[in-house]
Amino acid sequence: MKNENLYKYILGIADNSLILGQRLGELTGHGPSLETDIACTNISLDLFGQVRSYYQYAAKIAGDNRTEDDIAMLRKEREYVNVLLVEQPNTNFAYTITRQFLFDVYHFLFLTQLEKSKDLTLSAIATKSLKEVSYHQRFSTDWLKRLGDGTAESKEKMQEAIDGLWTYTDELFHQTEADKAMVSEGVGVDVTKLKEAYYEKVEAVLKEATLTVPESKWFQKGGKQGIHTEYMGYLLAELQYMQRAYPNMEW
Amino acid sequence: MVTEKQNINQSLIPILEKVSDPEIPVLSIMDMGVVRSAVIENNKVKVQITPTYSGCPAMDVIGDDIKAALKTAGYDSEIELILAPAWTTDWITPRGRKALEDYGIAAPLDAEADKDVLLNGKRLVKCTNCGSANTRLVSQFGSTACKAQFQCDDCQEPFDYFKCLK
Repeated sequence: MKNENLYKYILGIADNSLILGQRLGELTGHGPSLETDIACTNISLDLFGQVRSYYQYAAKIAGDNRTEDDIAMLRKEREYVNVLLVEQPNTNFAYTITRQFLFDVYHFLFLTQLEKSKDLTLSAIATKSLKEVSYHQRFSTDWLKRLGDGTAESKEKMQEAIDGLWTYTDELFHQTEADKAMVSEGVGVDVTKLKEAYYEKVEAVLKEATLTVPESKWFQKGGKQGIHTEYMGYLLAELQYMQRAYPNMEW
Repeated sequence: MVTEKQNINQSLIPILEKVSDPEIPVLSIMDMGVVRSAVIENNKVKVQITPTYSGCPAMDVIGDDIKAALKTAGYDSEIELILAPAWTTDWITPRGRKALEDYGIAAPLDAEADKDVLLNGKRLVKCTNCGSANTRLVSQFGSTACKAQFQCDDCQEPFDYFKCLK
């Protein structure tokens, strides 16, 4: 492939949204209340919409007969390069909101930079997505504060979620080879430069939510290299079931 | 920055005006502002449309509906989905805003007021049933990506509010 780095770079962005969108989609009809159910699935839909734009572009770059659906549905686990954070399960609503918040803050900062990309397609997708992601960030921030600074029980659950998910935050700022190549061409975002602003924002909101910022300096990694947590296989089994069972089916 | 002019062949306007948003049937796609260009080249119509929200499932249907409407009028057509410049609620026409209100969806406020009602609990959105502004936000997300849920504290009617998107 001529533009292999660009192809890989796009998947690196899009896979996060695909997998998080799938996780949120699991809540369809299962959210803790009607409004939050609809909110989570709305966010899922936004993410899937963004993913389509990215994968359509990636398919064009690949230049073979590959389609957006092939990229989304027919890769093996090791070929997905999403961060570990987004594949973590909906253990309870505290986890769902905390995972969302930790990703939204990153996503917003990331897209704000991607908007400046020399690649016009990526820049257009970023501009479009930013409008949506600012709503996502409002939603998750709002709930994080409400539950963190809520009852003793909600606070305890939120603290448990933040302690449990904290270990997956550092990976957001790891650069892959494709990242480095794209940054040098003015196409990609230098994620290492987002780290400071990210933790500043996250810690400020946690503080406002009366939650304790975890102190652990031990962070998990691997997603960007295709090495996933145990939850990923189950997620993909559900995501890919139809295409695996009935190859090329359409509806 | 987002005021790029539409380039639409006058003779196509009556045809395109008959196509509506499948999720909001009272609203023509022209009043919605999603058609960015429509030109005739060698008896073939090239149409560019832009999504309201990335995941808007209506876009595929709108594309098919445009094709069908143009076919009936004797044109073959080609639909292209473009992302830039990104759609904004400013592109909804005054007639479109009125159609929304009549249908029971409150039209988008300006960006500042929108922020106040969605984030700060201000009561500014007028109830589409009784006109009172004594309304409150039920959820920032509604039945489609573009709407939020509200309820009127006077007549008690729940209604949708079309969120401002800039």
